Amino acid sequence: MNQLWEALLWCLDPSNWQGPAGIGARSLEHLGYTALALVIASVIAVPVGWWVGHTGRGRGVAVAVSGAARALPTLGVVTLMGLMLGIGLAAPMTAFVVLAVPSILAAAYAGFEAVDRQVVDAARAQGLTEAQVLWRVEVPLGLPLLIGGLRSAALQVIATATLAAYVGAGGLGRYLFLGLKTQDYAMMLGGSLIVVLLAIALDLLFAAAGRAAVPRGVRVARQGQAQ
Amino acid sequence: MTPQPRRLPFAHRSLLALAAISAVALTGCGSSDPLGGGASGSAGGGNDGGSAGEAIVIGSQQYYSNEIIAELYAQALEAEGFTVEREYQIGQREVYLPELESGAIDVLPEYSGNLLQYYDAESAASTPEEIHAALAEVLPENLRALEPAEATDQDSYNVTREFAEEHSLTTLADLQNVDEPLTVAANSEFETRPYGPEGLKEVYGVDVSLVPVEDSGGPLTVKALVDGDVQLADIYSADPSIQSQDLVTLKDPENLILPQNVTPIVSEAVDEDAAAVIEEVNAQLSAEELIDLNRQSVEDQSSSADLATAWLAEQGLA
Repeated sequence: MNQLWEALLWCLDPSNWQGPAGIGARSLEHLGYTALALVIASVIAVPVGWWVGHTGRGRGVAVAVSGAARALPTLGVVTLMGLMLGIGLAAPMTAFVVLAVPSILAAAYAGFEAVDRQVVDAARAQGLTEAQVLWRVEVPLGLPLLIGGLRSAALQVIATATLAAYVGAGGLGRYLFLGLKTQDYAMMLGGSLIVVLLAIALDLLFAAAGRAAVPRGVRVARQGQAQ
Repeated sequence: MTPQPRRLPFAHRSLLALAAISAVALTGCGSSDPLGGGASGSAGGGNDGGSAGEAIVIGSQQYYSNEIIAELYAQALEAEGFTVEREYQIGQREVYLPELESGAIDVLPEYSGNLLQYYDAESAASTPEEIHAALAEVLPENLRALEPAEATDQDSYNVTREFAEEHSLTTLADLQNVDEPLTVAANSEFETRPYGPEGLKEVYGVDVSLVPVEDSGGPLTVKALVDGDVQLADIYSADPSIQSQDLVTLKDPENLILPQNVTPIVSEAVDEDAAAVIEEVNAQLSAEELIDLNRQSVEDQSSSADLATAWLAEQGLA
């Protein structure tokens, strides 16, 4: 408990918050890396996931690829990419994207698959084009699940973004590595606590977004069932 | 009355999920976990004779090169009829020194300068001889340092051959002649070490800034140097990549970096005969021999046991 207490004191010490190596700047860096990884992963995974979900094609491949990507040890990817791309942000960012893609991809196609087929057929019967079916029916109805996928990807990435510091890219991982190697466990644990706090905040944010993304019609229908 | 499945409030659920995630994240770096100890003993091969009380327990740091040296001692002792037990890959000083002091481990290859600083951070000793003499005074009663080997494994500032020739660099002091800003790739703790950027400024009047790369002078650090992302890199002097990448180690005439001669630390369970066997190994362990052993381990992926057997036979020690 004593170490936890010292870690808390470390977090609260104003002198640890100042300057470009302070907790504030490192946290922003860390959140920035997380956001960038999520954006890149979404640009890759969401269109593919929607295409798989909409057409029903390529599901086996998507499952296999994302399963394999999930099994990759991130530190290994960071090192391997670092040996190819050199030090800096490119190597860890690649690893974070690899980490984030499976959750987002699975959520994107699962979101479409969860849409009631009768709803899709009804939309077609009413004369909606394929594009309209996609954008007006499948995307809004699949959105809550997609946000769920983003939420789990965000958690994984924000916890793993500490590895950016392994190849000189900064972030909150700096405190973990420096604390570990200099036996400054208050710093190490303090850095971890900040990561945990950011992760909780991010998770709450995504949970709220997920709830807000449930279309009104679905909410009304659910209330109807409940009564 | 059927019990309803109880749903945890949302906040509890996300906290649980987070706890699980952090647990996974923490175990992910288990091999260097400072709180877990992480002593992974390997079974001593074929010493069926002798009770545990008689066996000499040989430990090693969690560092491949250190394990090779420990294995050299182990096989040399076995060749002389001693019974040994191997407890290799024991984390860091904080973990294994108490084990040595308590007598749970009897022999561990150490590095003289860093060990001295562990016990006496203020020590002014800077040459190998001074360090050895100082060690004898600071070590706990029941431990002693045997004769150090010529081989050292210490931090060193390295540049590419091209960079060295362009600025005619041979010593750290020559870095004063370089006009461009200098960066050094090293582990983050380098910033806090006496031989880090501050020490370099103080002793040689050279300004460098740290680019933290956390693989302890491994392939990522070497790549950063070879790619020109940094001008200097902190690499252990016994690392074979200094040769294979044709790097130039800058000389340190002012002893900014403490010499780290391979020094066996032994407990009272090691008698004079056993100590003599270990010192005989050390006498043959030159800097080149250690680099070559490390190279074979890294490049050929040979096991420490195979390397030790071949080396001892070559030296006529087993």
